[in-house]
Amino acid sequence: MSVSAFAIPERAAVSAAEQVQISARDFNFYYGKFHALKNIALDVYTHRVTAFIGPSGCGKSTLLRTFNRMYELYPEQRAEGELLLDGKDILGAHVDLIELRARVGMVFQKPTPFPMSIYENIAFGVSMHERLSRSAMDERVEWALRKAALWDEVKDKLRQGGTSLSGGQQQRLCIARCIAVKPEVLLLDEPTSALDPISTARIEELIMELKKDFTIVIVTHNMQQAARVSDYTAYMYLGELIEVGRTDSLFIKPQKRETEDYITGRFG
Amino acid sequence: MNLRSRRKLVNRVALALSLGAMAFGLFWLLWILFEVVRLGAGGLTLDLFTKMTPPPGSEGGLLNAIAGSLIMVGAASLVATPIGMMAGIYLAEYGQRGWLGSATRFINDILLSAPSIVIGLFVYAVVVARMKTFSGLAGMIALALIVIPVVVRTTENMLILVPNSLREAAFALGAKKWKVITLVTARAARAGIVTGVLLAIARISGETAPLLFTALSNQFWSIDLGAPMANLPVTIFKFAMSPFADWQQLAWAGVFLITLGVLLLNVLARVMFKEGFK
Repeated sequence: MSVSAFAIPERAAVSAAEQVQISARDFNFYYGKFHALKNIALDVYTHRVTAFIGPSGCGKSTLLRTFNRMYELYPEQRAEGELLLDGKDILGAHVDLIELRARVGMVFQKPTPFPMSIYENIAFGVSMHERLSRSAMDERVEWALRKAALWDEVKDKLRQGGTSLSGGQQQRLCIARCIAVKPEVLLLDEPTSALDPISTARIEELIMELKKDFTIVIVTHNMQQAARVSDYTAYMYLGELIEVGRTDSLFIKPQKRETEDYITGRFG
Repeated sequence: MNLRSRRKLVNRVALALSLGAMAFGLFWLLWILFEVVRLGAGGLTLDLFTKMTPPPGSEGGLLNAIAGSLIMVGAASLVATPIGMMAGIYLAEYGQRGWLGSATRFINDILLSAPSIVIGLFVYAVVVARMKTFSGLAGMIALALIVIPVVVRTTENMLILVPNSLREAAFALGAKKWKVITLVTARAARAGIVTGVLLAIARISGETAPLLFTALSNQFWSIDLGAPMANLPVTIFKFAMSPFADWQQLAWAGVFLITLGVLLLNVLARVMFKEGFK
């Protein structure tokens, strides 16, 4: 990368080959009267991993939860501005939430296996969107479990309860359940913060593997994790997007003083 | 006395006091059980389950009372459980905000703590007085009115215990609300809800006051819901108060049966609850 690349605005540093999957412009979010996200402008690129980092309460999870309109469950929360998925509006009242959530899947901080068997956990999401024959469903379940690197561990106990698995396995089950629906985007909300280091490493490997097929957005408060797995990193602070750019350049040569303070540990 | 031995002493005193309290409570309970078994187990004969309630001085059993109790308790539970569960689901999943939820919750709490005799008199005024006859139907309605608030309360409480993250995860997969409730949250709360229903059934199987004004009693075999219906609690009440030794023996046998039934329901409830949380 030439030296002059740092002189131009950070968004221009992105290579022209990248395709935009999600884009936000003048995007604002409110919890009741509290202004939680302020004038966010951001692009998430297709088949890349984008990490949101920042101190607790900076709005990174809030931003993530707008991409599948998870906030709709809570009437006092609202979003304003422009938020597009493949160039089409996400926020409009006419948007079919069920279809949106089929295209934008989400995995949460704590593993959330449903109180049913491993097989049914995965079939649950699929059956919300498609009518599959028995054998097609079997295939889909196996496909999703293989994708989530869980198949070998559970293939003999698909009828057992999802809660019987270990924490790391439960989280991979949740990832399998999510990709079984065949979404375009995977939203990961601190997916490893409740896991041990070995399970964390497995999930990180999985993320690198999954980005071939999915656009991934991950919220993490572990900067090393962001540096390891992501292609792009966005640093947020107090509801504002301070800086976004390629992960390698953001960590090596941040453009903003606040970003540098945070990633060098002087603040946070 | 140094600090450490003082703490040990306080610990021992506290332990002794709580053990004493437990022993005091358990003493009465065991005494009741002992008396029920001592006086009731002797009446457990084949006649008890095959013969009708007798006039004083002749042979008989409790068949009509057992059948009447089973019919009324069973029918009341069948009617009240779905109503209570649906109302509980409304309160937990839809009625967290807004006035309707809190108003319903408040009224349900009143109903929950209403003395059963009040419910008996209410059904007397509304059903018995209008039908101009005591009836099994009225008894069933009274019992159902006691079950509903218990089931509403346990269903709501058990659903609220289900972590919100589970709901969010189901919604995030694109599930509609009713799918989330029926397939995920109600399933997660299943063991607790079933336990609540079983405990409510246990409670109404011994209720006397609401049946006294509604189903009354019947000396003969009758499974007509439009006519007075025999039942264990009122029969026990009537027979135990009588001066006849054979009636008193039947009353004790009835008490023993109810106690055994309630005990079994409680054990079943505990087993279900444990199974559900494995």
